[in-house]
Amino acid sequence: MTDHIAKAYDSDILTLKTMLAEMGGLAEEQLNNAITALSKRDVVLADQVISRDDKLDKLEREIEEKAILTIAKRQPVALDLREIMVAIRVSSDIERIGDLAKNTAKRTHAISEALPRRLATGLARMGSMAQAQLKNVLDAYGLKDIDKAMQVWRADEDLDSLYNSIFRELLTYMMEDPRNISLCTHLLFGAKNLERIGDHTTNIAENIHYLIHGKTIGEGRPKNDVTSMMTAEVK
Amino acid sequence: MDQLNPMTETPMLTKPRIMANREVRISARKVDIYYGEKHAIKGLSVEIPDRAVSAFIGPSGCGKSTFLRAINRMNDTIPGCRMTGEVLLDNKSIYAADVDVVQLRSHVGMVFQKPNPFPKSIFENVAYGPRIHGLAKNKTDLEEMVVASLKKAGLFEEVKDRLHASGTGLSGGQQQRLCIARAIAVNPEVILMDEPCSALDPIATARIEELIDELRQNYCIIIVTHSMQQAARVSQLTAFFHLGTLVETGDTDEMFTNPRDKRTQDYITGRFG
Repeated sequence: MTDHIAKAYDSDILTLKTMLAEMGGLAEEQLNNAITALSKRDVVLADQVISRDDKLDKLEREIEEKAILTIAKRQPVALDLREIMVAIRVSSDIERIGDLAKNTAKRTHAISEALPRRLATGLARMGSMAQAQLKNVLDAYGLKDIDKAMQVWRADEDLDSLYNSIFRELLTYMMEDPRNISLCTHLLFGAKNLERIGDHTTNIAENIHYLIHGKTIGEGRPKNDVTSMMTAEVK
Repeated sequence: MDQLNPMTETPMLTKPRIMANREVRISARKVDIYYGEKHAIKGLSVEIPDRAVSAFIGPSGCGKSTFLRAINRMNDTIPGCRMTGEVLLDNKSIYAADVDVVQLRSHVGMVFQKPNPFPKSIFENVAYGPRIHGLAKNKTDLEEMVVASLKKAGLFEEVKDRLHASGTGLSGGQQQRLCIARAIAVNPEVILMDEPCSALDPIATARIEELIDELRQNYCIIIVTHSMQQAARVSQLTAFFHLGTLVETGDTDEMFTNPRDKRTQDYITGRFG
């Protein structure tokens, strides 16, 4: 894209992009640490995640202020307008991802016993899938890579499927022995958080689509989360 | 290569939505305009909807005012100015041999950048047109026409106690509304506005924009403006001119969020070199 005649306009938009890149990097780190903390029951790392969430919140506010100021000063249109609107929306998705990572980390404290191996593997897989989704969507945003964004958008289905199977598995453990309920509930929330993070990455992918094509994505998002209909059947 | 619209021979993308439920009031077909050697408008074809505001935007010297003036044959008075192609008002060529230019201009009114009231009273400014065109049957009829026009132009309340004071004594914004009242007094179908707000302060501008928005219920309005925001605010159709060609015509909503042509995008976002 050619530069604006007013150079300061370019630097306004560049500042926004830089802030978003910083925010995205921080969110990735937070998510990685939250997953590690939960699976290794590392409370020190968990606390670090919890305390650093403020930084994401602060960055989101700063991005919003910068975006509003740019709108007020420049009355952006067309691509510039989309760029700024998308920056606001993406920053809010990243902020929510940060909250979910924090909430996942918090549950480390409540887990006193080691995770059953199968479950630990499932959660770890879900964690790395969510991490990959976040990383890919942020790369796609930075590079304005629509194909990559659409890959993320479609891959959310896999994350949902994995969540379904973990959900089932946790239900089974709880039915087997009520003493598992406390642990499993926390893990269930952890898994739900990761599934929600996946949803936010698809939001970001949709915003990349809007940024590039100027249109919202037409089709419905691929959804595979069926846990809202699952019941524990006592046999 | 884009497919061409058989009517206008411009690239046929999607037809502007605004055209869907509007009659075409003005259409231009393959218009070329020259000032001596200078080729000011190059093969321009466009359709302008009735009861809507169409905005012509583009950098200085792109030909938008030249084309605007072609719509009521104001270029006729410029020495060395030639035109080829057709401009149709309600499907009739306005350049046909039997067209009375004075009559044409009563159908296609014009408002200029600088308010230019006659050095006469407010009343006489508005009464002038109906009088020379013999539109009023008698004095009462004429008075009614003047009042109705001033009301439509949103000026009546401000001047009703001083209709016989000089028009030039009004503020800039009031003078511009007086010129609009004068233009609509002769019952035109089309109102051309060449940067009608560029000499006005923001409040007077807002009043004119409000007025334009009201007038579009009944008129075909074309506005040339350098203010992109004004085009975005008041128009439903936007046409982007560049170097004498019409680059893109589309629904204003779309032009300002998602223009199709890179030149349009560069211009409206302030990137033009």
